[in-house]
Amino acid sequence: MTDSDQRWYDEEAGPLVRLYAVTTGRARVGSAQRLDLMTVIHALPPDAGHDLVLSPEQAAILRLCGTRPHPVADIASDSELPLTVVRVLLSDLLAAGLIRATPPVPPARLPDARILRRVIDGLRAL
Amino acid sequence: MDSERSDAPAPFLALKILVAGGFGVGKTTFVGTVSEIRPLNTEELLTEAGRMDDSLDEVADKRTTTVALDFGRITFGDDLALYLFGTPGQDRFWFLWDELATGALGAVVLADTRRLRDSFPAVDYFERHRLPFVVAVNCFNGLREYSACEVATALDLDEETPVVLCDARDRESGKEVLITLVELAGEAAATSATTEPM
Repeated sequence: MTDSDQRWYDEEAGPLVRLYAVTTGRARVGSAQRLDLMTVIHALPPDAGHDLVLSPEQAAILRLCGTRPHPVADIASDSELPLTVVRVLLSDLLAAGLIRATPPVPPARLPDARILRRVIDGLRAL
Repeated sequence: MDSERSDAPAPFLALKILVAGGFGVGKTTFVGTVSEIRPLNTEELLTEAGRMDDSLDEVADKRTTTVALDFGRITFGDDLALYLFGTPGQDRFWFLWDELATGALGAVVLADTRRLRDSFPAVDYFERHRLPFVVAVNCFNGLREYSACEVATALDLDEETPVVLCDARDRESGKEVLITLVELAGEAAATSATTEPM
């Protein structure tokens, strides 16, 4: 069934730097660490005790989140990397103590109704 | 998520809304009209994503496939933003819906009266998951052949599910759809505040 002579060209061949190289071979993180699309990532001041060598992609994520906190989905979109890859990179940064992750607030647990009022007023003002 | 802290107050709040509907109903147009639309990709295993209808014979060694999601952002000041996620149109990416729907404020189901049947899967999904949703009938070229009431009957919607007629290309119209949904979500959150969310 497999044609061993088959070759892929151009887009079919995938990106120049393979995604598995960016994540050093890891396809996904453990389910306990799975970061939600709306989990907000905050960059923390570097801890002198850590000597994690950052990849260019991780350094870019830290720069982005250093300006203001960003949700995971935003980071994936800004970095133009697949969500799955960004999750692996974020889990490394989390383990190294370079970021903090705030899980999303379920709608039923929003601190108060004024937040949705702000959203409605904000939409009207668009 | 033991590595995440839930005690710290979030200085930035990100809320999520899904935009669902059949293929070609105007999801991308809708997201682009009301928000700053940007690309968002995810790599998914083909064995998982395409186990129902993908023949692996011709791509024996290609194990992942890229799924492109419509992704839009509307920011309200420095500390609050609304994110819109268009659901993948193909049935083989159903498994992604669970992740998209988890913790969402609600959903917009875009419908085309010429192909109402295409809206059934999304309506069914959100009803089953008890996620507040609004059916927005995209009136292509301003054609309003059916009333909101007729669409609600045809889709066999619950009484509380709003149906609005809209034009996905029109910003004001899209805003009205989102406002209707956020109001509905506010009511739902208030009534279910004591019960466990999905």
